[in-house]
Amino acid sequence: MATLRQLKRRITSVRNTAKITNALQLVAASKMRRAQDRALQARPYAEQLQRVLAGLANASGDDEESTHPLLTHRPVENIGILHITPDRGLCGGLNANLNRAAGQWVATQEHPVSIVSVGKKGREFFARARTNIGAEFTELGDYPRPSDTLAISRVVTQDFINGAVDEVYISYPRFVSTASQVPTIARLLPIEPPAADEAEEGLAGDYIFEPSPAVVFERLLPRYVDMIIYQAVLENSASFQAAQMVAMKNATDNASEIEQELTLTYNKARQEQITNELLDIVGGAAALEA
Amino acid sequence: MPLTVEIVTAERVVRVEEGVDALIVPATEGQLTILPSHAALMTTLDYGELIFRRSSGEEFFAVGGGFMEVKNDRVSVLADAAEVSDEIDVDRAEQARQRAEARLRQARDQQSEIDLARAQAALQRSLLRLRVAGRRRRLPGAPRPGG
Repeated sequence: MATLRQLKRRITSVRNTAKITNALQLVAASKMRRAQDRALQARPYAEQLQRVLAGLANASGDDEESTHPLLTHRPVENIGILHITPDRGLCGGLNANLNRAAGQWVATQEHPVSIVSVGKKGREFFARARTNIGAEFTELGDYPRPSDTLAISRVVTQDFINGAVDEVYISYPRFVSTASQVPTIARLLPIEPPAADEAEEGLAGDYIFEPSPAVVFERLLPRYVDMIIYQAVLENSASFQAAQMVAMKNATDNASEIEQELTLTYNKARQEQITNELLDIVGGAAALEA
Repeated sequence: MPLTVEIVTAERVVRVEEGVDALIVPATEGQLTILPSHAALMTTLDYGELIFRRSSGEEFFAVGGGFMEVKNDRVSVLADAAEVSDEIDVDRAEQARQRAEARLRQARDQQSEIDLARAQAALQRSLLRLRVAGRRRRLPGAPRPGG
């Protein structure tokens, strides 16, 4: 049986922990709102770019598609994966889920896989697993900007163009809702141009291209890769804040539950002590009378 | 029917505006003016100044390359970077210009071509921003700066 003083100490400690987790929860909640907002702000550009690329892929015909290096399918010998994770922990199962998904994916590939990691948690995981890490990026901050992710797409595209890898995949947490972030792995390179809607297709041929379809296409494709990576990094950021918020909320709830239980135990123990003391006194008095 | 213009960057929606009478953009092949009923067009953009022209006045943007699509009087500008003139921080742009000039001199001394190209690009960017910042919203009838 713990003494009163020990109980008291534990209660204080749990209360302090709750204060910290509560503060983290509030910070994560406000950061999540901002991160979500940025993801929303980035959407129109992504949609427009996708639409234009779809229209263009149809307009420019098969020549451009088969010749541009970012669209070229090669026999696969080496694979690259861009693994995007948060830098920090205290976010429930998010990091573990991401790393498990990517780890399993890598293990099931028939070809050698090299990793480009974004975020410390993914790098640590693959470093522990002794997998080949080609490049790493960390500390992108809570609100990464497009210019922050350019270096990433440069590295990935270079590896693909110079033949170091024949396919590149991207792994990131897709932000579904505050409660759900799904580890997602999709192919990034070679680019699969998005399919055009019916209406787009009909009009695509009527465009005037300046300087020429090939030049526009050539400048559009790298942007498309940049955009997908930027979006994934934004989703990663929003997912991290959401997961942290939820994890910290649970932690705060648990802490207050424990605090209540401990307080109850403490009060019982105190009562018991008082009762014992009373019994002693009464017993003593009775002994004197006898 | 006037144009509906949308300027977006990877980071944010810079402006969506209806009722634009003419749009002047820095296309790669040279400056281009888009009037209503323009044919469907897809072009790449360069560093430069983008101007909205309306009966109520003009508005200036600095854009840093990208693409523009024109179709059915809808113009989508997908810029790598874009700022409206009122948003540009002149002091910061001026500092950037001085930094770029210093770097340019340094690169020349060391004869490093990559640094030189970078410094030149930075200088160009800062000069563009300064120029656009100088062009605040102009009302019709007001005298044009410099003539």
